[in-house]
Amino acid sequence: MEVVVAVILIAVLAWFVSAPLRRRADDDRASAELEDPQIADLEARKEAKYRQIRDAEFDRAQGKLSEEDWRRADAELRREAIEILKELDRLRGQTG
Amino acid sequence: MIGLGAACLVAAGLGCAYAAVAALAGATRGDRRLIDSSRRAIYAVCALLTVCVVVLEAAFLRSDFSVELVADHSSTTTPTLYKATAMWSSQGGSLLLWAWVLSIAASAVLFATRRRHRELVPYATAVLAGIGLFFCGLMVLADGANPFARLDPAPAEGVGLNPLLRHPAMAIHPPMLYSGYVLFSIPFAFAIGALVTRRVDASWIRSTRRFALLAWTFLGVGILLGARWSYSELGWGGYWGWDAVENASLMPWLAGTAFLHSIMVQERRGMLKVWNVSLICATFVLALLGTFLVRSGILESIHAFGASTVGTPLLVLIAVVLLGSTALIMSRLDDLRSERRIESLASREAVFLVNNLLLVGLCAVIFWGTFFPLISEAVTGERSSLGGAWFDRYTAPLAIVLVLFTGIGPLLAWRQVSAGSLWRLVRWPLAATAVATLALVALADAESEPLALALFCFAFFALAALIGEFVRAAAARRALSGGSWFGALATAVARNRRRYGGYIVHAGVALLFIAVAASSSFQTSSDVRLRPGDSATVGDYQVTYERPTTSIDPAEERLTFGAVLDVDRDGEQFAVLQPERNYYASTAAMGSGPVRSFFEGEATSEVGRREGVGGDLWTAMRPDLEPLDGLIAGADRRLMRLARDSDPAETGAQQQLSYLQGLAIRSIAERYEADASPIDLRVNVNPFVIWIWLGGGIAIGGALFALWPVPAGRRRQVSDVYAARLARDLGRA
Repeated sequence: MEVVVAVILIAVLAWFVSAPLRRRADDDRASAELEDPQIADLEARKEAKYRQIRDAEFDRAQGKLSEEDWRRADAELRREAIEILKELDRLRGQTG
Repeated sequence: MIGLGAACLVAAGLGCAYAAVAALAGATRGDRRLIDSSRRAIYAVCALLTVCVVVLEAAFLRSDFSVELVADHSSTTTPTLYKATAMWSSQGGSLLLWAWVLSIAASAVLFATRRRHRELVPYATAVLAGIGLFFCGLMVLADGANPFARLDPAPAEGVGLNPLLRHPAMAIHPPMLYSGYVLFSIPFAFAIGALVTRRVDASWIRSTRRFALLAWTFLGVGILLGARWSYSELGWGGYWGWDAVENASLMPWLAGTAFLHSIMVQERRGMLKVWNVSLICATFVLALLGTFLVRSGILESIHAFGASTVGTPLLVLIAVVLLGSTALIMSRLDDLRSERRIESLASREAVFLVNNLLLVGLCAVIFWGTFFPLISEAVTGERSSLGGAWFDRYTAPLAIVLVLFTGIGPLLAWRQVSAGSLWRLVRWPLAATAVATLALVALADAESEPLALALFCFAFFALAALIGEFVRAAAARRALSGGSWFGALATAVARNRRRYGGYIVHAGVALLFIAVAASSSFQTSSDVRLRPGDSATVGDYQVTYERPTTSIDPAEERLTFGAVLDVDRDGEQFAVLQPERNYYASTAAMGSGPVRSFFEGEATSEVGRREGVGGDLWTAMRPDLEPLDGLIAGADRRLMRLARDSDPAETGAQQQLSYLQGLAIRSIAERYEADASPIDLRVNVNPFVIWIWLGGGIAIGGALFALWPVPAGRRRQVSDVYAARLARDLGRA
């Protein structure tokens, strides 16, 4: 009985594991679900930059950053964010 | 069903091998099908190892002594909770737990990243599968490590669980530690993937940061539980003995702490990339080292499983991981160059760099002290150990400075803080610290322990600074949107979970350090010998030994000798404490006699303790058994003569012997109570110990709060606001 259960279990799992191998090599559906690594990375960096802009504002509101320090930091962060957004627009334009 | 477990274990190993090969082949050929198949293989390994765990647990719960593991670590009289948790008190069971938790974590991270990091994930998969293959291979091939080894014929009764492990903290301590060790393999695997593919930006960190924090949390819980168990069960009165295995869990926790801070710098400023990959590789190597120390028997420790055959393979794995990751990092140094430089010492990134140095320094000191016996033996031929005093001397200064930076770090902003802002931020914490210091010197004689005083000062500064952070957050929020102070604070904290969760962790750690310094520097301890009616004065307490107690638990095969202590303070009754000493029947010591075996096997202490916010009164007793020697020897002679004269195959004879053994034990217990033999009593007055557990609990709570995900809707809302603002700038750019 144990042997039967083991064989069935392993057979089912082997079928599950091998399922992608039964796809055609030129089947693009799975690849299409993948995010473009460059766009994904830029999106993550964009979100991180928004958080940093927000954190800098919050630090200014708490008095950790002087007005001058905040303006400098904010300008740099916005500049960096805009570069990311421009790069995103360029890549999305390329991928259509 | 054991055959099913054994088959699934072998299949899991083969599944790991397939996953590693398929992942690498898919990555090199660019074949998504192989990569997807490798991910599914990890899921399958998780399913197979789950079956293994279920089968083994069922064997423990059914007391199936045909399984060697069950026979060696459980018995029919073991309580159900400890039957269920006995699995990880053994070599094979703990290796199975390691592999199972790894498969769960690997499945989770690969599912979460199934549509991301297409270049990096296959290499991470191969690393995780390789680690899984190693542990499955150990269980299948190494002597004494197979959790499904059988006994034929099966014994009628098991040996039972080590009495030291019959404690709730010990039931959960190993899974917490192993989860901590194992979860660090996730960021490690992704770091290797990032290095191989040269995608060493912060993307691998973002996907694995939560796993690293979860690992840190589990490891912290495991360390706290171990300390609590030591304090409650071991009868020496301490919570940390700088034992080799204790140190082996602390080192990856320290390195992991440095990693969690350092990755914030890379995420925000693109700096410390070499630090981060090095720290996570070091953390994982230290986690493997912890596993090695417990299993190899190479260093003496109360935790060690004793010498085994898995030590050498583990050492080989450690060497491969260490050398391989070092070579990979060295080959990618150009890619790991920082994008920016530290602009100011008065910046959060500068503090985090100092933090890295302090934590790595602490790790290095503890590593040296832990492995000194081996180093000294290799150099001089003689094995020498460094005791607790050595560790205290060299870790205390680093820990003191670390506590200071626990308070400074949260005060500073990224990039730089102007001198004026810095003064505004530190003046009130400095003032509070000055007041607290004066109070400590005036009221508590704290200057007699200068290191402890320094730590108190810096910890007070840290706590005052952290309170200031919360007050400033509430004030800033109220200035923006009004409302009550409490509402503003709740909103500010909820919207910045990572930041304020981290601050809560810092507060918990500061409290914990205060408690450690107070309890170790200002402890009062006394060892006394008392007969019933005798008293001793320890600190402000008068302890009177009222009377002895005894109890017998046939189900647990346990004989307990205890004492009732009446404790007065300032002339009034303070507490009644009942420390005990438990003796367990031991088959290993049966050669010395069926009654004496109780007293020569494992014994545990139940401490008599009164906990309070100001400190604990802690007692442990050891009865004088010499007056009972004659009675014990006589009972053993009679029982052993009866055993020789009876037929071992006759069940009735065995039951008769067990009954007579029980009678003998009962008469010894009665004699102990009647004779009023003296006891050796240790009495400790430990200031602020409870704050170790509370501080640790606060730190863990802070970590869990920081881990809690922000609702997706709230994240999108924040993004949309800043996207709109930047869109205006983009239009002008």
